Amino acid sequence: MSFPTGHPQQYEPQQPAPQQYGRSSRMSDSSLRLVWVYPDLLSTYGDRGNALVVERRARQRGLGVQRIDVRSDQAVPTSGDIYLIGGGEDRPQRLAAERLRNDSGLVRAAENGAIILAVCAGYQILGHEFVNDLGEREPGLGLLDVWTTRGEGARCVGDVLAEVDPRLGLPQLTGFENHQGVTHLGQGVSPFANVQVGRGNGTGDGTEGAWRDTVFGTYLHGPVMARNPAVADMLIKLALDVNALPPADTTWYDALRAERIAATRQPA
Amino acid sequence: MPGTDSEATAAREASLPARAKIAVTAGRVAAALSQKAGRGSGSVIGGKVALKLDPDLLATLAEHLDVVLVSATNGKTTTTRLIAEALRAAGPVVSNALGANMPAGITAALAGGSDAKFGVIEVDEKYLAGVARDTRPKAIALLNLSRDQLDRAAETRMMAEKWREGLKDTDAVIIANADDPLVTWAASSCRKVVWVAAGQAWKEDAWSCPSCGGVMQRPGDDWFCQDCGFRRPQPHWALQGTHVIDPQRGAWPIQLQLPGRANLANATSSAAVAAVFGVPPQVALQRMQTVTAVAGRYDVVSYLGRDVRLLLAKNPAGWLETFSLIDQPPAPVVLSVNAMDADGTDTSWLWDVDYERLAGHPIFVMGQRKLDLAVRLEVAGLQFQVVDTLEQAVQMAPPGRIEAIANYTAFQQLRKAVAN
Ligand SMILES: [Zn+2]
Repeated sequence: MSFPTGHPQQYEPQQPAPQQYGRSSRMSDSSLRLVWVYPDLLSTYGDRGNALVVERRARQRGLGVQRIDVRSDQAVPTSGDIYLIGGGEDRPQRLAAERLRNDSGLVRAAENGAIILAVCAGYQILGHEFVNDLGEREPGLGLLDVWTTRGEGARCVGDVLAEVDPRLGLPQLTGFENHQGVTHLGQGVSPFANVQVGRGNGTGDGTEGAWRDTVFGTYLHGPVMARNPAVADMLIKLALDVNALPPADTTWYDALRAERIAATRQPA
Repeated sequence: MPGTDSEATAAREASLPARAKIAVTAGRVAAALSQKAGRGSGSVIGGKVALKLDPDLLATLAEHLDVVLVSATNGKTTTTRLIAEALRAAGPVVSNALGANMPAGITAALAGGSDAKFGVIEVDEKYLAGVARDTRPKAIALLNLSRDQLDRAAETRMMAEKWREGLKDTDAVIIANADDPLVTWAASSCRKVVWVAAGQAWKEDAWSCPSCGGVMQRPGDDWFCQDCGFRRPQPHWALQGTHVIDPQRGAWPIQLQLPGRANLANATSSAAVAAVFGVPPQVALQRMQTVTAVAGRYDVVSYLGRDVRLLLAKNPAGWLETFSLIDQPPAPVVLSVNAMDADGTDTSWLWDVDYERLAGHPIFVMGQRKLDLAVRLEVAGLQFQVVDTLEQAVQMAPPGRIEAIANYTAFQQLRKAVAN
């Protein structure tokens, strides 16, 4: 199944089987099942990029990848390894939340320990509730112990720099945020990162995003994986249940990161 | 405000109400001062000054013109130009040909209009409803709506809603693209609509029914919503291959000097607009043939002994149309992307563009955000070279005409670079 943006892409020939570094892989078979949830509704800020980067970096490690783009009139499969959810505008966000609540596939996948990363509007949907386009409180999926209110001040728009929760062992995060929501964190989650530049959750305490176990939410797009390939690698490692992956070239990502980090620290 | 001194202008200005007369004069003075100070043509500043003195000036200036408004995310400058050429068959035309498409720029253009019969006006999407109220147009062409500059633009459906609300009482004939669900929704509350099957390559902003939110079904060229029944209207005009099909099923060949499917679509909509004013399609299309480059777009220039074609692509839909018109591989391609305020400062849209389509082309990337492009192309599995200037790219490029595709400010910089 493929969403009609894409074209068959050509990749380098497959390398040796993945089992060589996955001792107790969660993966049901040798290919990574990458589920992109609702690109018809939640793909406003280049969110396709996250799926493309995860896929690329998995293939560079010799993994097969089965990308499953799930349109909002289709059932969300429960057997995916990694689920990506993007950002969207207010009305599509409400529609996505309604359909995901009715579908329950994502919730069941999460109960089975699936790896989920959601951005912006998708992040808000993973929480208990958010404010929808009609100004009403809209229930989310409750997969993250967060809830979102509407910010009173100016929209949070601009480049972000943040230090990730040290337990995740990730380098500095760089990205772009564009949201009005203010996301409050409950006891059941930790902040994904703490901002040095930017607004993050918008609560004024410097927190950015939230995570628990294998479920992650962030306000950063850019898309976030393009500027932070280590996040893509983290998801792949979680899916394989390994601590390390074979190296894969990061020359251009590193150059972009250096440029964006410098530009964000010292705006023109 | 251009200073035209023809007798017709003088006669026409003499007939303006006193307040409008003063405003036009003040605007012309301000424009001349601004021009002297080296700030471009000064027309927008002139328009601003004039509108401040007489807020009704736009309405006054439009009063004795047959006005056509043209709005869209992409193609409005070119289509405005095509319609202007077509209508010249029926009388003199005044137009904001250089793309100053907000009220001040429009006012300035009309003030320089002398003895024109027709006003053909490109309007920024956000200002369409207001300009339509002021200028009481006879026709409004709505070409397409798609994502553009997400860091500050309203969402596309909101824009469609604004059009729908702002145009529902207009007396104008709406010429609307039936292949764009958002445009269709915006136009479908209007009384008089001429539907044009102009095609739409980019579909990613209209998977959700603008009316009810249902998932849009899009078999082939058709589209419909299963939930509420909102569906593609039966077109009166159509683009079929390289022909315009008119409402009587007559087929007229389009022979443009401008490349690409999108311009065939623009010509089709323009022919439908011209027909509203009694200009038959064969006459309209023949006149459109004279249009070559529009504000430097599609211009083939000679630079360092090489042919370079300058192509503007500002958003994912625009890039998609541009990829479909470039020369086949191994034609070298230069991509330049900036992220200044006029471009939008968020570059995430690069990931919505199918750069995979450039496989086989030697690719050179430049511009302020060349590293964002580099990562995008690396993930697409493409070979490319990062360069600092067009000069470097041209020196490294293998033989063949070079296709240089750039977003807004990067395009202006390319034009400057080749002008030496
Ligand atoms: Zn519907």
